[in-house]
Amino acid sequence: MFKWKTDEFSWVDFTIDVLRILIVLAVVVGAWNTLSSGRITFAQWVNLFAAGLSQGSIYALIALGYTLVYGILLMINFAHGEVFMAGAFSTVFLAEALNRTGFLNEQPLLAILIMIMFAGLVSMTVAILVERVAYRPLRGSPRLVPLITAIGASFFLQYTFRGLYGSGFKAYPQIKVLQGAISIGGINIPTVQIFVFGSALALMFALYWLVERTRIGKAMRAVSENKEVARLMGIDIDWVILFTFGVGGFLAGSAGVINGMFRPQGVNFFMGFIPGIKAFTAAVLGGIGNIPGAMLGGLFLGVIEAIGPNLVLAGLGIPGANQLKDVIAFTMLVLVLIFRPQGILGERLSETKA
Amino acid sequence: MDRMRAPAASTVLILGLLSGGFILFMGAVGMIAAFHEREVVDRFISLGQLLILAAPFITAYFVARQLGERGEGLARTLLAGVIVGLLTALPSAILLLFNSDEFRFLLFLALRLSPFIAATAIAWGRHRAGDDARAVIGLWLLIALLVGIVTFSFALIFEIKGDLRSVLVNINRDWVEVVTFDNRKDLPRGIAAFGAVSIVAGVAGALLQRMPLAPRRALIYGLSLTALIGAFGETARLILQENLERDTIREIFRRDTLRQNAALALFVISTVSGFLWTIYGQRARDSFSGIGHSQRRSLIIVGVIIFVIFMLMLPWLIGRTLSDVAVTIGIFVLMGLGLNIAIGLAGLLDLGYLTNYAVGAYILAVLTSIGPLGLFKGTFTFWMVIPIALLAAMFAGFLFAVPVLRMRGDYLAIATLGFGEIIGKLAISDWLKPLIGGAQGVQAIPKPLFFGTEMKNPEQLYYIVLAASLVMLFVSIRLNNSRTGRQWMAIREDEDVATAMGIDTARAKLLAFTLSAATGGVAGAIFAAKVGTVFPNSFTVFISINVLSLIIVGGIASNPGIVVGAIVLIGMPELLREFSEFRFLLYGALLILMMIKRPQGLIPSKIVTHEHQSGVKPKLAAAD
Amino acid sequence: MAEKAKGGRERILEAKGMTKRFEGLVAVDSLDFYIPDGAIASIIGPNGAGKTTFFNCITGFYEIDEGEILFNGARINGRSPDQIARAGISRTYQNIRLFNNMSAIENIMVGQEPHLKSTWIGAILGLPSTRQEDELTEDRANELLHFVGLEGKGDMLAKNLPYGDQRRLEIGRALASQPKLVLLDEPTAGMNPRETIETTDFIRRLRDEIGITVVLIEHDMRVVMDISEHITVLDYGRKIAEGLPAAIQTNPQVIEAYLGRGAAAATMDH
Repeated sequence: MFKWKTDEFSWVDFTIDVLRILIVLAVVVGAWNTLSSGRITFAQWVNLFAAGLSQGSIYALIALGYTLVYGILLMINFAHGEVFMAGAFSTVFLAEALNRTGFLNEQPLLAILIMIMFAGLVSMTVAILVERVAYRPLRGSPRLVPLITAIGASFFLQYTFRGLYGSGFKAYPQIKVLQGAISIGGINIPTVQIFVFGSALALMFALYWLVERTRIGKAMRAVSENKEVARLMGIDIDWVILFTFGVGGFLAGSAGVINGMFRPQGVNFFMGFIPGIKAFTAAVLGGIGNIPGAMLGGLFLGVIEAIGPNLVLAGLGIPGANQLKDVIAFTMLVLVLIFRPQGILGERLSETKA
Repeated sequence: MDRMRAPAASTVLILGLLSGGFILFMGAVGMIAAFHEREVVDRFISLGQLLILAAPFITAYFVARQLGERGEGLARTLLAGVIVGLLTALPSAILLLFNSDEFRFLLFLALRLSPFIAATAIAWGRHRAGDDARAVIGLWLLIALLVGIVTFSFALIFEIKGDLRSVLVNINRDWVEVVTFDNRKDLPRGIAAFGAVSIVAGVAGALLQRMPLAPRRALIYGLSLTALIGAFGETARLILQENLERDTIREIFRRDTLRQNAALALFVISTVSGFLWTIYGQRARDSFSGIGHSQRRSLIIVGVIIFVIFMLMLPWLIGRTLSDVAVTIGIFVLMGLGLNIAIGLAGLLDLGYLTNYAVGAYILAVLTSIGPLGLFKGTFTFWMVIPIALLAAMFAGFLFAVPVLRMRGDYLAIATLGFGEIIGKLAISDWLKPLIGGAQGVQAIPKPLFFGTEMKNPEQLYYIVLAASLVMLFVSIRLNNSRTGRQWMAIREDEDVATAMGIDTARAKLLAFTLSAATGGVAGAIFAAKVGTVFPNSFTVFISINVLSLIIVGGIASNPGIVVGAIVLIGMPELLREFSEFRFLLYGALLILMMIKRPQGLIPSKIVTHEHQSGVKPKLAAAD
Repeated sequence: MAEKAKGGRERILEAKGMTKRFEGLVAVDSLDFYIPDGAIASIIGPNGAGKTTFFNCITGFYEIDEGEILFNGARINGRSPDQIARAGISRTYQNIRLFNNMSAIENIMVGQEPHLKSTWIGAILGLPSTRQEDELTEDRANELLHFVGLEGKGDMLAKNLPYGDQRRLEIGRALASQPKLVLLDEPTAGMNPRETIETTDFIRRLRDEIGITVVLIEHDMRVVMDISEHITVLDYGRKIAEGLPAAIQTNPQVIEAYLGRGAAAATMDH
């Protein structure tokens, strides 16, 4: 048997280093090939970037839910993608009804606001139920136990909504105001993308205000710093945790509506799974437990996902590169977990971090 | 109701409403209507109706037990049964009313009123708790607004859409038919019938609990056995078909359904034998524990021999269709045993198990296929490729394991999940299409040859699966009691300390991943040979979830548990087709339930049993 | 200051300029110290003095930022914890860290890890050498169980043992690797006076009967003064005194470090 490890040399490190070099090489070569071939114009790059930014802002909204919960309970709420789905899937009926009455196109802003509230409240209810039923009884058990119940909750929710609303895809109606494009410096950006980005930003600022400026926000921060001390200060921990799940759920639900405006292919019961994992990636990317980190991580992932296939994969001569969008995102996930699990902005974790 | 003491009353209320919520949920997700398709006893009761009856029956049974422990009398217990029955029917009955054209106004009334009711209830609670008036009014307004948005939206949806069914797809005719007991046209009568039946079931459950031990056990035994055989009538018929005359079968079954007489006979026989067993069974057990050590040992050996012969004869006993199910179960047993090395022994929550399965399947497919994508067009046989598939899966497992070795447990789980998704996407991509066929996959995989005969039937493939599972069982038992097994368990318990004991944790984890991957690879290869085609849709996250669920439900780190878990979780959806649509609903619920109520699983491993028997936890000194 | 214990023995463990920082906080500050071979030595100091960090640095849990650690004259810093364990250092933990869902005997069998050679292939094939080793491991584990006073409790799950037995099992597990140096982190924490005396005697037996060098972190000053032959006092990650118990007891700096903080005073005469 060869010696597995010596003082200076470890096979694990070696393999990881090789992996690192291979990836950098692939990215550089792919990008070089694409850029030197000039297949894609500057305007197209800007369009990809804008699309990535809007998609990323949806990831960011979902990622905030992961990060908030992780900051407080140090657990991955694996079912969060399904919370997102619950809001998006339920609201598609409301959107259809609003469309049928004509309200959606007469008062688009008000209609969207109602939809966001509705989706947010539905998702909030689901998130709170999940916390109450699946996580609270297991608080304080080893980390993997709530993760397993979370996986259970995730599939339970998927198939519950499949049972309730059916298994087919349902599309959000088009809103006339959001059709068309706005020209910025000669480059046409679809209005809907600007809308998506803008409303996501507004929600993020609302969250930031909630956490930094309100009493409950202070309590949330206190609980995430140190539960015992917070309890001694008279903070009701259970209520704060429930509230955190609720806020995360609300953001996910509203992300569901915004996503519905943005993606014409429609919603179904399985729609939350992949965005859920991607949003988790975003949360880790930004440093889990870190609120601005989740926002940045989401935007970053969205952009990478939009540009990556065209820049790197196409450059490497891989056919159908855009099919591999998800592969780029999941590769990002794995890479972040390997190389920088503390994220770009660093974890904001106090308490016992293993 | 008010004559009951408060705690007892609230038990009845809560459990009754839970039972009602359960029935409502089952209806709304479509289970009741789907199960109605399956008759348990011919022209008497369907599985859907059985479900509706079972809820109040079982709930009332447990309520009666609680009341019994509080020393309540028979009359109150029966009253509790009635209440449980009523409450079980209540939520579904309300939904029935909302769904009917005549009473739909009730739905809108409820939706309009509920914001005010909810807001007032909560605000009143805060007022009682001593909040000042301004805060209470603010709270009232906030809640009324929030709930109002939701109910307004629902009202709008239902008003525009016309009926509930356009949103809740399973609140349909079939469902109404089942819950009204075939009185769809006459709703009041239907609801009355529903309530009456539910009450009868509740009272019956309460009565049953109050019976003396022997008849009670006998009845429970008889009822559950009859229900089980009735529900799995098709399976039972398939087994009997192999062993009985056709005419006899026809007397017992009408198509796949137990005839009424047969069901009655079955019920009587099982109840009587259950009765005899409760009376005389103790004596048998006593005489078994009375015999000497060596005698008992030989008895156990005889038992094992009988079991082995049974396993070998199984395909003849159960016939082709069920052998096919047995092969599927076997493949999952194999995967369960493999994944258990990572999850159960080493504590590594690997959610990307489908990777290994896919690698094994695709390797076999590409190497042996005689179709256009086959690389060697039949030069390689199944038997030659199995070791290659094993090695390839091991190699893949190794590659995916190295990067995750240093990760914390929960990150490891998500990273492996990510690997699984990457593999899934790659399998379906255009990029690899020339090699593995994209969405169409690889076809024309020949069946294994055994001394010149083609093993094309499940009866024959069964032996391959059986052999592989037995080998894996042997390996995992041996490893479990070895230095390697102890290393894994130490890592599972406390990785830091394991390192400080001199265990090279990276290497031990790598071994766990590779061995579990190897098993997955073999399972995948057998799967490919069984199906004859390999395409990406077979390799989704659901495979990993399936395997994870059967390990958790059966019992982590328990080999018999994994076998039972596979039989229940994989076999049931295969045998009860109405159920297969809902399998992941059940898996999800089971994962949550098991973790909360019974983390050791159905059949715990020896180690975990100890742990749960003595619940004394030593107090740990506080950390510095 | 560095008097040599009992006739100038070799230094089994020695650190030079050992420093460990956590994000700006200096937990161990350029520490020089040594442990004489065959001694019973103690590390003392008020809460948060860096004692457990010190253990973690020696056993390789933390990588030190500066300085070096020598074990029997060979540098061990930079090696991984499992290699350090194989070199002959083992430890116990302040808040008992047994393998809870493994039986007592399995815990000790894992402790013998540095001396085991069998492989997984051997285990699957049931090779005679593997079987022999397994039997030997089990025999040795039983001997050790006897030595720590847990005979007959081998099949109990570690988590189900009473507190005192858990402490002893943990020491037994640490001894199973036949270490040259064993680090005990507060071995008498949470024990009543009678158990404390038993443990003290037990630690003496470790050195006298097996000849292992023992280093303990201890809060109970009576235990420290009773059995130590060499004491190192830490405060805020620095060494403030080192030497024989008698010298330490009268050292003004030590008294100040303890009495300077009200809370620590109780510990002193506890």
